[in-house]
Amino acid sequence: MTDPLSPLDRPNSYIGRTVPRPNLERLVEGRGTYVSDMTLPRMGHVVFVRSPYAHARILEIDTSVAKQAAGVIAVVTGAELVEQCSPWVGVLSHLKGLKSAPQHAMAVDRVCWQGEAVCAVVANSRAQAEDAAEQVQVRYEELEPVTDMRTALEPHIPVIHPELGDNLAFERSLDAGEVDKAFAEADAVAEAEFVFGRHTGVTLEARAVLADWNPGERRLTVYQGTQAPHMMQNIFAKHLALEEAQVRVVCKDVGGSFGIKVHVYADEMATAALSKRLKRPVKFVADRIESFVTDIHARDHVCKGRIAVKQDGTITAFAIDDLTGIGPYSMYPRTSAIEANQVVNLVGGPYQARNYRARARVVFQNKNVMCQYRAVGHPIACSVTEGLVDLAARAIGMDPLVIRSKNLIRDDAYPTDSPSGLKFEALSHHASLAKLKQMMDYDGLRAEQKRLRQQGIYRGIGIASFIEVTNPSAAFYGVGGARISSQDGVSVRMDATGAIIVQTSLTEQGQGSEALTAQVVASALGVALEKVRVILGDTDNTPYGGGTWASRGAGIGGEAAWQAGKALRMNILKVAGTILQTVPELLDIDQGVVVDKATGRERIGLDEVARITYFRPDTLPADFQAELLATRHYVPRQYPFAFTNGIQASWLEVDTETGFVTLLNHWCVEDCGTIINPQLVDEQIRGGVVQGLGAALFEHCRYDERGQLTNGTMADYLVPMASEMPDIEVGHVVSPTLESELGAKGAGEAGTAGAAAAVANAVNDALDPFDVTITEIPLTPSVILKALGQRSG
Amino acid sequence: MKAYAFDYVRAATLDEALALLERAGDGGKLVAGGQSLVPALNLRLLAPQLLIDIAHLPELRGITCDDTTIHLGAGTRHVELANSPLVAEHLPLLQMAVRHVAHAAIRNRGTLGGNLAHADPASELPACMIALEAVMLVVGPGGERRIDAADFFKGLYETALGPDEILVRISIPRSPAGARFHFNELARRAGDYAMAGLAIAMHGNSPQDMRIRPVFFGIGDRPVLARQAALCLEQAASLQDGLAAAQQALLGDLDPQDDLQADAGTRMQLAQVLLKRGLADLVAQGRG
Repeated sequence: MTDPLSPLDRPNSYIGRTVPRPNLERLVEGRGTYVSDMTLPRMGHVVFVRSPYAHARILEIDTSVAKQAAGVIAVVTGAELVEQCSPWVGVLSHLKGLKSAPQHAMAVDRVCWQGEAVCAVVANSRAQAEDAAEQVQVRYEELEPVTDMRTALEPHIPVIHPELGDNLAFERSLDAGEVDKAFAEADAVAEAEFVFGRHTGVTLEARAVLADWNPGERRLTVYQGTQAPHMMQNIFAKHLALEEAQVRVVCKDVGGSFGIKVHVYADEMATAALSKRLKRPVKFVADRIESFVTDIHARDHVCKGRIAVKQDGTITAFAIDDLTGIGPYSMYPRTSAIEANQVVNLVGGPYQARNYRARARVVFQNKNVMCQYRAVGHPIACSVTEGLVDLAARAIGMDPLVIRSKNLIRDDAYPTDSPSGLKFEALSHHASLAKLKQMMDYDGLRAEQKRLRQQGIYRGIGIASFIEVTNPSAAFYGVGGARISSQDGVSVRMDATGAIIVQTSLTEQGQGSEALTAQVVASALGVALEKVRVILGDTDNTPYGGGTWASRGAGIGGEAAWQAGKALRMNILKVAGTILQTVPELLDIDQGVVVDKATGRERIGLDEVARITYFRPDTLPADFQAELLATRHYVPRQYPFAFTNGIQASWLEVDTETGFVTLLNHWCVEDCGTIINPQLVDEQIRGGVVQGLGAALFEHCRYDERGQLTNGTMADYLVPMASEMPDIEVGHVVSPTLESELGAKGAGEAGTAGAAAAVANAVNDALDPFDVTITEIPLTPSVILKALGQRSG
Repeated sequence: MKAYAFDYVRAATLDEALALLERAGDGGKLVAGGQSLVPALNLRLLAPQLLIDIAHLPELRGITCDDTTIHLGAGTRHVELANSPLVAEHLPLLQMAVRHVAHAAIRNRGTLGGNLAHADPASELPACMIALEAVMLVVGPGGERRIDAADFFKGLYETALGPDEILVRISIPRSPAGARFHFNELARRAGDYAMAGLAIAMHGNSPQDMRIRPVFFGIGDRPVLARQAALCLEQAASLQDGLAAAQQALLGDLDPQDDLQADAGTRMQLAQVLLKRGLADLVAQGRG
């Protein structure tokens, strides 16, 4: 017996097919439209004078010399720009107790991190603005910086925002089941302190914004590399004292985002405010140094973890105490408490243990702001959970795969939930584990590992199971009062030649939103992909919606596209039925031709339907009006999040004399439900894995004790590069969400979620004969040599 | 960031370049491949008034060979070193080293002379020059000077080159028959400056006539010839026999400092490992 056809099994379906992205040629031929490249008439370039101190009072800003410099249009201090731009506070009401202080577009009387802007210089060119910026004289009184998050709450440490009372931004505790009893009755308890370095997203194109206030129509048009144009429209209007209808945000091609470009940056707000103040276009493009000191940083956690296990391998409890430092302000409007909150939500998530205690504390410090970056909280939760599971396995002498298969939630246990209250619709931990074991030839690698150890070659296998939050509903931000839409809208219309125009509220920063939208619409309608043109990234010209972040594009925007495509198909078939004197239910569309549903016999081309609709409506019955435009919106209602799951493995070699790690292979099996474009999904996984490997081995924003970033260049901040990356083999298990017809869940963060955990576990596995456990990333040669006690001198 | 405004002149001859350099005084800066200079300009670390482009000077071009010596024009690009049959035949150490210099795009433009004159302590080629006992031909208003590589590198980005002088040619004695070479570096990513590196030239087989020049880079403020370690090895019955003493001697030869990549202790450990592995490679070559 064959499976019944799903709604997706349509004539000429593109669902599940690797087809080239519609924007590919344009981008590879260098014909994209990036904000960095845009110019407008009378455009000024803004350069910001930034604080060299982590914490200081601004005593005086002398702009007189700078104002006289060649090409200067204006020099504006933070205090002066308050006239144009009101401050904001990055809190959400559902994150109880979260507090932060008002943040201005530029510092007004005090700077709170090295790199915070204090004064703007607008000139005819970037070079002239930089020349003049050097002439701005700022007198500071340096204040004691708060840099170490471990001591930020101690009484002798200064409070960064005295009006808040202390440096604690947010705290959350959770206690589920009988944790103390579980630990008391455990056969073995393992514990460790996991340390995660601060790192950042490093987009290929830096943040870029071009704001154009047109006094003639009293409208602000902002060309911006952002993931969420409608959110930004709201924010610009709110803080520049405009109506939302007075703001248009246009987001064309964007050179990478990874969550970096979904936040409200003070310097971008300042750029828009300057445009309004100066009544002319003003452009800001962050240079690489500015990117390192102002693009949000992420991670920077210290998390103590404990695990209780029985001798038979049953894990009975997890307990964590997480601490993270977020810089001086909670980021607006998504806040900087989400990552810690996610850590609490996600630790232990793949496992059956019902006893779980967690505390997370989020503290202020005088470092760059920290916020959501790809896989928010997941790498922390996964590294802690999987690190503890390996420690437990070691404590009872059990194989890491065996302990996981004993404890992962059973594939037939759904729907179920986690001790932290997460609702799981359908996950496939065991199918994924089985697939991984076969893909990597686990037993073969173990034999090879054993053989090589005799020769003094230390290789390790690291396993990491994970769950991933995707398709977020209003539970993420909307319920907390933020005007961040969790729904997406798609309009599909057929033009006079039968061409299809799609407008979606998703945005595209390289992940393939445009491609998946075109594939879904072409499939829903029954037309060739080439007939579909997708328009996105323009608040004037797309339906209202959330944009692209939190692995929501395919699952939410994709479903809206599917429903809109279906609606337009029915509208087209109503016209065709009228022309053909039959009922639409007996017709379908295949390859752009209306056909008899039962036989596939061709009846009328879409071009002919369009011609009649638009040019000879007189031939249609008087009581019939064709509607060749359909709009649909979608948001998940049943589950707050569509959880996905997966498992990763790393195979690597540690040079125990030098501390160098060589990645030999990496595997990821994941379950994102229905796969629309296999290649796009695989490359999302691979790209995500690479960013996780960067965190594991290389990436680290290193601050000194005065709050100075010491490695803010691409020479000193090491991003993962092709030479060091292993092959990354990707496998899939497919458990579609039944909440939508498409059944797609997100795939954007799975790779990042588990890669570092797999590497850390593999390093510890490799070093097993030396009886050391390292729970700190990045795993630099120094960290490894120190653990091995192998330093001379 | 954008560079400060500067003037640019492409010199047609060495004499013209020298005259321009003299006239520009402190405000003049030579540029050839520009692979270190241009980033420094864009970071506003340097603010020359005049850039004098010497990339096309005929006097700086060419790789030639006579009975005793290989001559490398200072304008030789890294890619030309890598592809030169003369270098492959007579200077295998350079051929081994040059592929570790940055990335292909940088090797296509960067020049040997620029590399040496920039004197980055983590750079590969200065260490090779010391190992190979190269002689630098520099020309200034007062005429020519010849500087031994061992005296050329003075410190962090500092050389014996006068502000009005141009490095024209590097001359390297042809190695005696049976010479062996080793090159290795420990960089966290391919193309990065190394955390520690080692270039070794050795010749002679019997303990009596064996001479070895291990030169470390990325360890101190300049490439360092490990003299005491070399002595230990030259006095030992074999390389293997001398290893332990030579590793110990590195504690005196080298003076590593803490930096972002590693602390001094890690660097010393890496240097000792490099020496051990380098000697093992040389021994293997000797058997080969």
